[in-house]
Amino acid sequence: MAGSIRGCDMSEAQALGLGPGRARPAARLLRYHRTAIVAAAVIVALALLAVFGPWLSPYSYDTLDWQHLAIAPGFVASHWLGTDPLGRDLYVRTLYGLRVSLLIGVLATAVSVGIGVAWGTVAGYVGGRTDSWMMRAVDVLYALPYLFVVIILATVFGRGSVAMLLIAIGAVGWLTMARVVRGQTLSLKRREFIEAARATGLGTPAILLRHIVPNLAGTVAVYATLTIPELITYESFLSFLGLGVQEPLASLGSLINEGARQMLTAPWMLLVPAGFLVALLLCFNLLGDGLRDALDPTGR
Amino acid sequence: MLGYALRRIAGTVPTLLILVTLSFFVIRLAPGGPFDGERALTPQVRANLDHLYGFDRPLGVQYLRYLDGLVHGDLGLSYKLRDESVAGLIAQGLPVSVTVGLAALVLAIVCGVPLGICAALRRAGAVDYAVTAFATLAIALPTFVTGPLLALLFGLVLRWLPVAGWQRGEPLYLILPAITLALPVCAAIARMTRGSLLETLNASFVRTARARGLGPWRVLLRHALRPALLPVVSYLGPAATYVFTGSLVVETVFALPGTGRYLVQGALDRDYTLVMGMIILYGALTLLLNLAADLAYGWLDPRVRHE
Repeated sequence: MAGSIRGCDMSEAQALGLGPGRARPAARLLRYHRTAIVAAAVIVALALLAVFGPWLSPYSYDTLDWQHLAIAPGFVASHWLGTDPLGRDLYVRTLYGLRVSLLIGVLATAVSVGIGVAWGTVAGYVGGRTDSWMMRAVDVLYALPYLFVVIILATVFGRGSVAMLLIAIGAVGWLTMARVVRGQTLSLKRREFIEAARATGLGTPAILLRHIVPNLAGTVAVYATLTIPELITYESFLSFLGLGVQEPLASLGSLINEGARQMLTAPWMLLVPAGFLVALLLCFNLLGDGLRDALDPTGR
Repeated sequence: MLGYALRRIAGTVPTLLILVTLSFFVIRLAPGGPFDGERALTPQVRANLDHLYGFDRPLGVQYLRYLDGLVHGDLGLSYKLRDESVAGLIAQGLPVSVTVGLAALVLAIVCGVPLGICAALRRAGAVDYAVTAFATLAIALPTFVTGPLLALLFGLVLRWLPVAGWQRGEPLYLILPAITLALPVCAAIARMTRGSLLETLNASFVRTARARGLGPWRVLLRHALRPALLPVVSYLGPAATYVFTGSLVVETVFALPGTGRYLVQGALDRDYTLVMGMIILYGALTLLLNLAADLAYGWLDPRVRHE
């Protein structure tokens, strides 16, 4: 409950009828969902820009250009998006920030998908007392203010270490996933092909890996897509507060923080990174919503 | 109802204890302490400091002493802000945070519900598309982006409102922080109201009400809206949590003297007692607000409390 503002949980997934094994028709439907396609294209473009964009500029993210302090966007000395008061190129710094935000967002989502799927399938499939204890743990964690958990973890495990930031964010992102996956597993395990697998003498781990998990792919893909923007927001938020990525490296969050402090004299320092973050978050949300619609049979 | 309420209240105590225990021990795992300053302390001073804050005792004893103080409303002394008790700092900052949070919550409900109703009544019309687009955008944008952007637009470009500051709760200074916090919650409420109202408008009891010849307003307000607002009520708990968490950002962006900034400052300074106090404060607030929302839900929908 304390998780996301979107507040989607298992019951919602069930209400939407996000069933297993709808991946292929969904892909076809998605082709007709223009907004989602455009959003996906923008995400790919942003990712390519984050990876290759910095090479186009003669500057590095920590080069100090004393001749051009806090200049506005333009064509002066190849500072296309201007510089900050230390003369660092905003184009390169923003793209580095984009790189950090994307990397942490995607990897932390991978961490939380891993934990969430493992936790949810085991709880749902084994059932009984194991299930109730595992889900009670999730309930307790849900009740904690997630951002404070992230802040504690980020404080304890050292500021600035990208790896620790990743684990801290991934560790709180898996709760919704665990609930959704458990709900799906519960309905899957009563199906005949699972019974058949058990009748042939397959062990629990093999059933989980070979029969349950592949059938969860569609649902997991939807929630993973919706988890990415959420975790990117966490990362940017921590960096905004000064608890995340440390100078001279930048994340979109730390750049926005810097920009907010300079907005009287250099408003572009706020507008450039804010624009990139807005585009990124909006596109991931639109793609996730589109995927969810595509998998939702009531929408057809 | 009373039994349900008591069960729910009893359920929050262990959660709070887990929160306290977990954060107490996890924070102490951190490398470096609050006294590892730029100046090296003489061993004697160091020993005195450790004694004052109880660091010379075993960890278990420290934990029990902390719990004992907590029960008596004593959250300890701040390590960095000398001469300040954590409870005192909270008492100073909390009124500010609560004022901003409540203003934002009221604003979100007052704007969100009518927006959702309008969108649902004019389904697939211009209003509906506008509300949906607004909701998508406002939910996607974090407060640390909207806050500075609003301050830039209304404070620096248009010069309608003060950019930052508090001025002892002057209403003019409250507007931008409240709007910043309210935006995503308002959007979520609008979206939720729209969705569930569309569902109830198609329900058979609404058709019956129409068939009985009731006017459209009466059908909407007395019959369709009530059940449609149930999900919104249950969302108010998470929404309130979101607003109080968001106050962290808003207090940083708009330089408000609330409690949120203590958490960040405490985390940066390794001020254990301050961070602990803030976590307990926000944890308790979260639990209480979720509890209140659940109780309200149980009151509105009798099926819930008999589960």
